[in-house]
Amino acid sequence: MITEITLPKLGESIVEGIIGRWLKKVGERVERDEPLVEVDTDKINTEIPSPVGGYITGLLVEEGQTIAVGTPIALIESDEREEQSDPALVTANGKSNGAVEPPRYSPAVRRLADESGIDPATVVGSGLEGRVTRRDMERAMEQAVEQAVEQAMEQKAMEQKAVEQKVARLFSGDEVIPLTSMRRHIAARMCESKRLVPHAWTMVEVDVTKLVAYRRAIKEEVLKREGVNLTYLPFVIKAAVEGLRAYPILNSQWDNDRIVVKKHINIGIAVDLNDGLIVPVIKDADQMSIIGLAQAVHDLATRARTGTLRPEDVEGGTFTINNTGAFGSIMSAPIINYPQAAIMSMETITRRPVVVGDGIAIRDMMNLCVSLDHRVLDGAVIGRFLRLVKNRLESFDASTPIY
Amino acid sequence: MAVRNIVETVAHTLREEMRRDSRIIVIGEDVAKIGGVFQATKGLLSEFGPERVIDAPLAESSLVGIAVGAAAAGLRPVVEIQFADFIYPAMDQIINEAARLRYRSNNGYHCPLVIRTPYGVAPGGGGGLYHNQSVEGMFCGVPGLKIVAPATPYDTKGLLIAALRDPDPVLFLEHKATYRAVSGEVPDEEYTIAIGKADVKREGRDLTVIAYGLMLHQALAAAEKLAKSHIDVEVVDLRSLKPLDKELICRSVRKTGKALVAHEDCLSGGIGGEIAAVIMEECFFHLDAPVMRVAAPDIPLAPYSRHLEEHVVPGRAALEKAMRELARF
Repeated sequence: MITEITLPKLGESIVEGIIGRWLKKVGERVERDEPLVEVDTDKINTEIPSPVGGYITGLLVEEGQTIAVGTPIALIESDEREEQSDPALVTANGKSNGAVEPPRYSPAVRRLADESGIDPATVVGSGLEGRVTRRDMERAMEQAVEQAVEQAMEQKAMEQKAVEQKVARLFSGDEVIPLTSMRRHIAARMCESKRLVPHAWTMVEVDVTKLVAYRRAIKEEVLKREGVNLTYLPFVIKAAVEGLRAYPILNSQWDNDRIVVKKHINIGIAVDLNDGLIVPVIKDADQMSIIGLAQAVHDLATRARTGTLRPEDVEGGTFTINNTGAFGSIMSAPIINYPQAAIMSMETITRRPVVVGDGIAIRDMMNLCVSLDHRVLDGAVIGRFLRLVKNRLESFDASTPIY
Repeated sequence: MAVRNIVETVAHTLREEMRRDSRIIVIGEDVAKIGGVFQATKGLLSEFGPERVIDAPLAESSLVGIAVGAAAAGLRPVVEIQFADFIYPAMDQIINEAARLRYRSNNGYHCPLVIRTPYGVAPGGGGGLYHNQSVEGMFCGVPGLKIVAPATPYDTKGLLIAALRDPDPVLFLEHKATYRAVSGEVPDEEYTIAIGKADVKREGRDLTVIAYGLMLHQALAAAEKLAKSHIDVEVVDLRSLKPLDKELICRSVRKTGKALVAHEDCLSGGIGGEIAAVIMEECFFHLDAPVMRVAAPDIPLAPYSRHLEEHVVPGRAALEKAMRELARF
């Protein structure tokens, strides 16, 4: 039997992928679960295993082509025994010596079939001798609704694409850069956030003189002992998760007509790549020490840059921290990583004159900027949150445990 | 709130209601001096005297007949039939007189009579053919009669008070195996449970078991066991056999799509057939399986031999088997 292989769903919100490299040729044999093709998506690069064993009779998509999840990519002449045949027919066959009796359905199943328009013959039965049960029909109906919703969303997305017509006029010398899948994904996410979320913005300045001295004092030793470069980011994450614990409403999301406060504190960190950026997630960041955070940051950033993140590494974030200071920025207005409720950026640390008491001193100063979903949050709670984060950062010194 | 078993609850409730209403009299074999063979009327004679607590001769027809007359004349008699097996001599009085007095007299008379009787098999009790019968199937086709069969002390008190205050005859069935085996909290204050209202004793989504009396407890125990196999059983306690709570039965069956009716009474002509018919009529298009019945075979119950008795009287094992079968269907 020829089995059609389609591009599987590879993770949350991934709707398409680029066929990287075929690992098998037409005519070659592939075993079940053996890697068949490399695929690049918005978030990850991965190998797709073959769902069946057999001989490849066709490769339907060329390398480098971008295709939607669910698109057929290959044909395999499967030599596995067919296991999921229609049990109702098998039973009827077995009983009637080859003459196929139409399967009988319970009144409940027939009612649901009438109401939903789903033919029970297309549903795999879990009942006695493969009978299609009411529960089977209910499940099939739920799936049909989900599919319909997905289709409607795809339809809407297609319509939207059609509306965004190209407006640039090309003159000689202009360069046209085709979109990578990551670029397109970032564009879609940013537009979605700006369209749906009423952003508000605020900033505080933090005196990190003591933290700067402390980090300078220990970073060599940390590098030697832990193998990680101790940056300011873990300290900022530490202060931020304490703030989130004190004000859990920041660790939440708007959900149509309600607000969902997330139990876990999962911090997304924006990692810049050559041709875009990705936001891997530190799960349960509030459970970690400063060194633990430093290692997590190092691990995720390294894997982001080598393209070895797993789908779960980029899922489940509840709050995002962006180290814009790394580019020398002293102030930025980040776009919320929707559906999260807030995002914080840490700006570059500058030495500048500051009024201390009645004098002027040279201090290491850093700005913290927060964009917030004003449906969920108001200025007052952000103010309290930032005051706590600021106080924590200003209190970090040689007495702060990093383990 | 006191913890009482069922027989204590009967005695306690009778006493309270007799204090409240001097029209209530108790009549039956051995109900006065010895307080009933099961002690369901214990202590009533000393408190209320021989005018209201009366030992009757072994003549069920006469004692129900006397009670029908007393009820028609304004008293509120409670008759105890010592064992349900002994009720047959009184059939004529119950069916032809008590149950149709209101109809026959064009609403001129009515018969506020309660007939209490212990029914069902006392497992291993050696009661044999004449002390183990279930008679409810025989009365369910009698118009003008109400039949209740509570399974818990709470329901016993609420339904007994409701029966005592009902203007028409009520057959009050007490499963003798639950008398001392089933205890529970009973509120001190008076309350009634409407006759004709069933009760969901356990919620579930995979199948509905409809039972009453001792069988209810067997069904609950079997349901707990099935829960370990991830079969989620809803258990409905009928409480009233006539009138039936069709609304609650159908609500439950519409939810689960599968129904099993369980009773200790014999299969043929038992109330299970009536309930199955109601389900077929009222919720056919929600049914995902044929309605099943668990009941005693059509033989006189119960054999003297303990092993034969265990073999024929449906219990938890039979229920569990049928429930699994229905879940798998």
